Amino acid sequence: MPTHDPDDRSEAEPRDGDPADPGDSGEPGEPAAADFAEVRLHIVSGKGGTGKTTVAAALALALAAGGRRTLLAEVEGRQGIAQLFDVPQLPYEERRIAVAPGGGDVFALSVEPKAALLEYLDLFYHLGRAGRVLERMGAVDFATTIAPGLRDVLLTGKVYEAVRRRSAEGPRYDAVVMDAPPTGRIGRFLNVNEEVVGLAKVGPIRNQAGSIMTLLRSAQTAVHLVTVLEEMPVQETQDAAAELRAAGLRVGGVVVNMVRDPVLPPQTLADARTGRIDREEVLAGLAAAGFDGRRQSPASAVLADGLLAEAGEHAARVALEDGQREQLDVLQRPVYELPALAGGVDLGALYDLADLLTRQGLA
Amino acid sequence: MSPATPGTGKGAATAVTGKGTGKGAGKGAGKGATTAARRSPLLDVDGMIDDPQLRVVVCCGAGGVGKTTTAAALALRAAERGRRVVVLTIDPARRLAQSMGLVELDNTPRPVAGVDLSGGGRLDAMMLDMKRTFDEVIEAHASPAKAQAIFTNPFYQAMSSSFAGTQEYMAMEKLGQLRARADADAADGWDLIVVDTPPSRSALDFLDAPQRLGSFLDGRLIRILSAPAKAGGRAYLKVVSVAVGGATGVLTRLLGAQILRDVQSFVGALDTVFGGFRERAEQTYRLLQAEGTAFLVVAAPAPDALREASFFVERLAGEGMPLAGLVLNRVTTARAESLSAERAQAAAEDLEELGAQELTEGLLRVHADRMRRRERERGLTHRFTGAHPAVPMVEVPARAEDVHDLDGLREIGASLAKG
Repeated sequence: MPTHDPDDRSEAEPRDGDPADPGDSGEPGEPAAADFAEVRLHIVSGKGGTGKTTVAAALALALAAGGRRTLLAEVEGRQGIAQLFDVPQLPYEERRIAVAPGGGDVFALSVEPKAALLEYLDLFYHLGRAGRVLERMGAVDFATTIAPGLRDVLLTGKVYEAVRRRSAEGPRYDAVVMDAPPTGRIGRFLNVNEEVVGLAKVGPIRNQAGSIMTLLRSAQTAVHLVTVLEEMPVQETQDAAAELRAAGLRVGGVVVNMVRDPVLPPQTLADARTGRIDREEVLAGLAAAGFDGRRQSPASAVLADGLLAEAGEHAARVALEDGQREQLDVLQRPVYELPALAGGVDLGALYDLADLLTRQGLA
Repeated sequence: MSPATPGTGKGAATAVTGKGTGKGAGKGAGKGATTAARRSPLLDVDGMIDDPQLRVVVCCGAGGVGKTTTAAALALRAAERGRRVVVLTIDPARRLAQSMGLVELDNTPRPVAGVDLSGGGRLDAMMLDMKRTFDEVIEAHASPAKAQAIFTNPFYQAMSSSFAGTQEYMAMEKLGQLRARADADAADGWDLIVVDTPPSRSALDFLDAPQRLGSFLDGRLIRILSAPAKAGGRAYLKVVSVAVGGATGVLTRLLGAQILRDVQSFVGALDTVFGGFRERAEQTYRLLQAEGTAFLVVAAPAPDALREASFFVERLAGEGMPLAGLVLNRVTTARAESLSAERAQAAAEDLEELGAQELTEGLLRVHADRMRRRERERGLTHRFTGAHPAVPMVEVPARAEDVHDLDGLREIGASLAKG
């Protein structure tokens, strides 16, 4: 494993567009050396339905392996982590939810904006009583539900605090993994502090927002994008990557989730796509398998046609997936693949996925 | 404004058949058992969109389940069956948007080319531009000078274009506008509005947006914030620190005087606008509960999407909002239904042992995978139908490719109608 992260793009001075770039994405000459060893904040986003919570959880497990300590934080109040790990709803409190391979700990936290605000007031301003004044006059509700954007400031602020927190032996967490909002909103979500910096010219809020932005843009942070090999999720991945880069945020890895086994060899796939599979051969095969068309139902001819139709659709899908892979290559980011799990994702499967991420070098 | 009653889940059944779409929902009960898995009544989509009483369809559900495509397909089908339809999309995929002529982001419905209008219908489409919608609201309610002051306020600029949450408010606002326009021209205007909902943190966010706004406007904070600005001039800083005392002092300490000043002048300038805002938010909320509105919950056969759909069904029932049914997108189908996954797998293994029929062995494995996927999807769907047995449902088979054109939308529309 390389000892440093080869990607140095994320630092404070954003490069003016790469002239060598044909499009608005990708940096030239970026080797796919997949190592995010110096990253302490892993932000995981992806289009809805791509399994970003699963990937975030697997990553938190993988990063905790070998005696380390990670925090898995969700910020949308969906309790997705609790469901995934099959534990009761997470309170606003960091709890150990899993033990990593080789003895590490995964803690989990569901960041709740109201609690984050009161905690923030207390921590930085010792506003125990004043906090209640604010709550009475509706300011807490305002900040956490009504004022658009303020909640995002609070959510990112809490995660920032967890990354920065220290104990006697050093950082409290070796890594923090954020199960972030989906790709459609990730740019806005992460950039909200920039907006605040623009709004508040001076004062404590500006300072706080500025520190958060500095962390998010530093080499300690990477935004990983989860997708599946379908058109819209891949398109959104590209859009999100462009948006993040424009905001000076670093795109980490691309995790292709729910990859299906191609099953058929390339020649058969090509034949299936063009409808050139030998029907007689299939019938012969079915007969050899005991579907002789008389005793066995369904009738082998009907069965053969059904199988051929399915093979054609399967091949079309594989071709489409290959096309989407090429689209992802344009991003020039390391790509990690995770398989579709027939039985769904349970705790055991999470460990398998974590292992796959480690082997591929994401963790 | 109605208070938010927590959903009970039990009320869903009565809400479905008892309200709104009249002959639409539930009509198809009984003919729905085309697959063994379905115990729910079939959602009769054509019956629903043909019902002249139906004026608004709201498509809602988790992100990534095909809400926008469902809304577009439904709108197209309704238009080609003779309705005068406008569809409000939030964030369509690029190619789908292009196919509907949604290239100009001017926040105004435009006719969609290529629609069969022989039935006397029409189809207009628009994509929500939230900043523009916000601007329009300000312009409609404030004097030109005041509007200008608002537009140049940095807090407004940030809030109207880049903060999460604004989209929900604006989607509801736009729906209200479209409805008002439709009602103003009952003879020739739109008689059906189809709306897609924003990709929110939770699918429920847009339901809460009007109420949140209302409770905010009733709250003390707004009075505290707006009082100093009304006092006028630079004297308000003094007012802040003295008259309102501790509370605003805390705000100043937290936010800094400058941002508080911006917020205050923003709130002060918005004062006149807020009244109108709130009235419209309440109107829109009532519109959602009214006869003639139907909610379609859109889901895919995946755990998160179905869980979200369940929450939604319960919530709608709790709010007395008329649910038409569930559209289950991207359902895996098989072409050789009668051969189970187990038998296909066993046969493939037999052939592997024989070592001579690799082609057929491969095809059997493809089929086994597909059947397993389908069984899993059915199991997940069962959990939903078990909890909500009276909710009408229609399944739309998965397609190899995304929809990019009107023909694709027609096919989806046909699937929706056929079940």
